[in-house]
Amino acid sequence: MRPPSFEFERPTTMTDAIRAVTEPDEGMFYSGGTELLLAMKLRVIHTERLIDIKSVPGLDGIAQVEPHTIEIGARCTHSRIEHDEIIKRCLPALSRLCGNVANIRVRNAGTIGGNLCFGEPHADPPTLLAALGARLRLVGASGERLVDADDFIRDELETIREPDELLTHILVPIPSGPVTYRRFRHGERPSVNVGMMWSLDPGAPTIANARIRVGALGPRPQPLAAVEAVLCGAPVAQAGRLIDAALPAALDDLEVNEDRHGSAEYKRHLAGVLLRRNAAEAEAECEELRR
Amino acid sequence: MTQSITIAFSLNGRSIQVAVPSNALLIDLVRDRLGFKGTKRSCDMEVCGACTMLLDGEPISSCTTLAVDVDGREVTTIEGVTPAKGLSRIQEAFVVHGGLQCGFCTPGFIMAVTALLRRNRRPTDEEIRHYLHGNLCRCTGYTKIFEAVKSLVGDEFNEEVA
Repeated sequence: MRPPSFEFERPTTMTDAIRAVTEPDEGMFYSGGTELLLAMKLRVIHTERLIDIKSVPGLDGIAQVEPHTIEIGARCTHSRIEHDEIIKRCLPALSRLCGNVANIRVRNAGTIGGNLCFGEPHADPPTLLAALGARLRLVGASGERLVDADDFIRDELETIREPDELLTHILVPIPSGPVTYRRFRHGERPSVNVGMMWSLDPGAPTIANARIRVGALGPRPQPLAAVEAVLCGAPVAQAGRLIDAALPAALDDLEVNEDRHGSAEYKRHLAGVLLRRNAAEAEAECEELRR
Repeated sequence: MTQSITIAFSLNGRSIQVAVPSNALLIDLVRDRLGFKGTKRSCDMEVCGACTMLLDGEPISSCTTLAVDVDGREVTTIEGVTPAKGLSRIQEAFVVHGGLQCGFCTPGFIMAVTALLRRNRRPTDEEIRHYLHGNLCRCTGYTKIFEAVKSLVGDEFNEEVA
């Protein structure tokens, strides 16, 4: 089915793109179209104008910008991120995640920025990016702002981005410890996913800080705060035992939508299984580093 | 009124210049306007792979690609990888191994396998399964398709024929 008709514009600068999306009437930014065109074909989203940002320079690069930060252009496709040498070296878990989004065709066309801006709860990147403590750069007519990935998705299919703000880059701090991501999939989208990052104390096999996000269960990725708390300052070798003890109460605190992918109880169980497997992988990685 | 945009692109090595409505989809342009019917539409939502074409050599879903987006680029369809006489080695392998029954998904599979083997002449079993995960076949149960692809691994791959 073809999408309803729209005007198509191809600005070549960021300023023109931001102006074009509001004048003469409201339009939408467009790049890969893997989510947007589907929604337009299904008549779920309607827009009079598509502002194609593929001719705006500077949005499809990946670079190390500060000693400990990777900057990913929002227009990078999942395939581009999967195969990038910097990502493979510094954020291998993100490379693997991008290499498993949907299917090869979606990975070739769909972009990381589009994925985030759609706010689809059953998505892979938002959960891991939140666990990594990523920040997103939004540029609008009145300037730019940096927001935490944690705060970006407000609700199901809803973000804090204003219609005239363009998500330009994703800034990811380079982790100092293991990063793990697992999902349970129905069809091509995750029905539950868990991303985890540990920072390690230099020289000691101790977890300095842990960030755990559980995605796809509610409208947005949620922290497992109680588990994070028990892991802070804990020896790596104790992680599994501490997680087991704190997990049941932490899972009960999660907001879980029951749907055709399962009951709340079942999905909480899956989240626990994925977290334990992440922890086992992280422990093994720490063990590897010590050798 | 629908906006009309003139695009120029290469279709199976042939230069095409055509004016399209901004909301035209690549699959409709290629099948209905240009008359190449080998590409099939099925799910219409990027899941089944029947409509797979190569854009600058990489697989995309032509059912959810705007025609205006191929401006200045190279599009390859099943017609572009089929020799004037006979079959390509990939097509031949599908026949020999029984990698098709009704055949509706086959053009999409052939395009995906073409892209896979151009990128990686010696994919592992896991890499084959992972790459083809997004192409659905409701007849074969995939084993025969997998065997067909497997038979081509490490083959001296000839881009002209493939």
